[in-house]
Amino acid sequence: MPVTAVSASPQQYLQLLSRWHPLEIAFWLATLLPFVLFPTYLSLGSQIAVAALFALSLDLILGYAGVVSLGHAAFFGIGAYSAGLFSKFVWGEPFSGLLVAAAIAALVGYASSFIVARFRHLTLIMITLGLGLLLHEAANSANWLTGGSDGLQGINIWPLLGLFKFDLYGTTAYAYALGVLFIVFLMARRLINSPFGLALRGIRENWVRMPAIGANSRGHIRKIYTISAGVAGVAGAVIAQTTSTVSLEALSFERSADVLVMLVLGGAGRLYGGLVGAAIFMIARDQFSGIAPQYWYFWIGILLVAVVMFLPNGILGGLSKIITRLRGR
Amino acid sequence: MLPPVLGVLFDGIAYGMLLFLLSVGLSVTLGLMNFVNLAHCAFAMLGGYVTVTLMNVLHWPFFVTLPAAFLAAALVSVAFERMLYRRLYRASDLDQVLLTIGIAFVSVAAAAWFFGTTQQPIDVPAYMRGSFNVFGLNIAAYRLFLVCVGVVVTIVLIGTLEYTRFGAQVRAAVDNQRMANGLGINVERTFAITFALGSGLAGLGGALAIEIVGLDPNFAFTYLVYVLIVVSVGGLGSIGGSFAAACLIGISDIAGKYYVPELGAFLIYLVMVVVLMWRPAGLFGKR
Amino acid sequence: MSATALSTRGLSMSFGSLVVARDIELSLPVGARYALIGPNGAGKTTLINLMTGVLTPKTGKIFLGNDDITALEPQSRVRRGLARTFQINTLFAGLNPLEAVTLAVAERRSIAAKFWQKIATHKEVIEEAYEILVKLKLGDCCYQPTRELPYGRQRLLEIALALATKPKVLLLDEPAAGVPREESGDIFEVVASLSNELTLLFIEHDMHVVFRFATHIIVLVGGAIFTQGSPADIAADPGVREVYLGNRKHA
Repeated sequence: MPVTAVSASPQQYLQLLSRWHPLEIAFWLATLLPFVLFPTYLSLGSQIAVAALFALSLDLILGYAGVVSLGHAAFFGIGAYSAGLFSKFVWGEPFSGLLVAAAIAALVGYASSFIVARFRHLTLIMITLGLGLLLHEAANSANWLTGGSDGLQGINIWPLLGLFKFDLYGTTAYAYALGVLFIVFLMARRLINSPFGLALRGIRENWVRMPAIGANSRGHIRKIYTISAGVAGVAGAVIAQTTSTVSLEALSFERSADVLVMLVLGGAGRLYGGLVGAAIFMIARDQFSGIAPQYWYFWIGILLVAVVMFLPNGILGGLSKIITRLRGR
Repeated sequence: MLPPVLGVLFDGIAYGMLLFLLSVGLSVTLGLMNFVNLAHCAFAMLGGYVTVTLMNVLHWPFFVTLPAAFLAAALVSVAFERMLYRRLYRASDLDQVLLTIGIAFVSVAAAAWFFGTTQQPIDVPAYMRGSFNVFGLNIAAYRLFLVCVGVVVTIVLIGTLEYTRFGAQVRAAVDNQRMANGLGINVERTFAITFALGSGLAGLGGALAIEIVGLDPNFAFTYLVYVLIVVSVGGLGSIGGSFAAACLIGISDIAGKYYVPELGAFLIYLVMVVVLMWRPAGLFGKR
Repeated sequence: MSATALSTRGLSMSFGSLVVARDIELSLPVGARYALIGPNGAGKTTLINLMTGVLTPKTGKIFLGNDDITALEPQSRVRRGLARTFQINTLFAGLNPLEAVTLAVAERRSIAAKFWQKIATHKEVIEEAYEILVKLKLGDCCYQPTRELPYGRQRLLEIALALATKPKVLLLDEPAAGVPREESGDIFEVVASLSNELTLLFIEHDMHVVFRFATHIIVLVGGAIFTQGSPADIAADPGVREVYLGNRKHA
């Protein structure tokens, strides 16, 4: 953050911190470019938007509150299946399906937050891993509901606003996914700049200090975990609605691990880190889709080692360091 | 005639011994240095592939490859510890998780590159392949061998821990690192040796596992989950805890697959979550 | 309203066979300026940890005023008016002082859970935080990240965070520890200027400081209260001198 003039009043200073930076506006304008420049890649675009939204949800708990979860795909999957089942058994209107999926994911998130907020370090990692694996197994067994390894059948999504079908060209899909991403992003941005956002950063910065200033850290963590679950559910719902498919993969450990890699790559705790990381990851995977999975993971492995050893705050962290150095602080 | 449940129990314990060998190193190093090494099973996998190579290419006898597997894994782990791990002892959980998962990914790719993705068969000596009939129960010779190895290793480990000076240093460092340092114990060196030993045992476990569960490049991750479950259920830094948890998980898994196959792996995940909620530090953990 | 701000009865705690607190009974009247001294390892910080709820005693009770707070969680005790500072800086390294103190004030005012409005709209909270910072001579550096502040300023921030909770009782754990002479003056000025209604218990090793500020001294040795009394009594006590064998400074 650039040092603003000391003559600004404290309130003005905090106001300045939350202002929109020109780069942010440029970023969002750039997301409109694919409509014009890459019209054949809009399906990929919508997948990137979904991955970005999912990474954003993980950033809320990991980057801002320091909760390491290896099972976050559980909420993504719950959102996906909820949206799919809603369209199958109730009706296929997308927006209402989105809200229902978010609500269900948030509810499950709320219930599990009581467990998650009680633990830290390895126990927390193991519990999130275990809960995620449990859900995956349960979904596999409950194939009367989920379709098991064949995936959910009978999804029927209506055209958006009655006019725009989700077709193979992906135009509607990208517009929908991007729109949802932007709106949720705005809400997340507002949250980060709120007193609650400050409390989360406090939890991340110094866990021990929080109770000493009268903070109920566990309550805060439960709250952000619930919100994060809802956002992950929204991401899952969007992919279900735009592709009309849901499979067990949505709940898998691979998806939990991938989103973690995306977030770390971009840089956690910066709101845009997940978005940048998701874009790079998904584009790279698309470009290298020919190679066998274990070799893809070879490069991911090298990347992880490199990021941890040399770029601990991800790409955005590294860029911000370079900029600070160039400014000659 | 003995009831089949005893057979399930025996198989579960044998499997548990294997899990114990694979897990005990991780449990002690986690308890000692709080370093989350998710590449632990990659070292196990290395041990397995060493045995495969020595047996199939150089035609060494099975038993001679076992110490080689142990040594190979121990030496490679020392190299990693020196070059990479050492810098991250004070890093966050997340950084350690990411680094070691990255190493595990790389090892899986390397294994696939050199050995291909199919299972690697080995020929254990003929007398290991048979089974004994004990009151109507089929006791596989190899599984009996596993149980013996597990018990012997446990005795050696506990003996070392309780009765040697090195063991006392390890116990002190697990209990209170700062104080141990203050008492003049070189905690980092203790850790390096313990880490090498633990990885060596994992390598041994990997070699022994070939006959029971097979060896392919995914071993590093497939068994990582089981190992993590054993470690968190047993409690960090506890050999006895790892032993008990390994038996519990081994029996639960075998029994689950035998009696309720539709549940799949559900049962052990449930066991883990329930135990951790009841005792976050594991059954025998200290923190 | 009770005249006793903070008291403990029979407080005991041990880690295995190591006894760190032995049947501690003490009582702080409102407005007191009590010093807690003792050799290293006597259990002074442990006592603060017990009183604030970081550690759970084996036996004994803790009272804030008339209320039994023994079973309360640490954050609840803070909300009732019991605050402390840490011997080793326990600050929000990546936040700047304004953000940190604003957070503390926001928590006290129970608005920290609000996620829909920007912080900037909470004018009174920010102003209150700024006032505290100015009072603690941190006004001019309040926009710099905490990790970039000089050590003495960080110690002042420790106190600022505690004051932001509007405590009735403040436990200071070696407030000037590690601070170079040139900077420690600020800290003592701040301590001296604290309100008379605020009850203070501070751990300190420097006897000059103790005799300057304390009206009553409690000597802790091996987890138990060795003796307590007025500064004059303690200075004259030969037992205390023995306990501090080798300590150069006493009045």
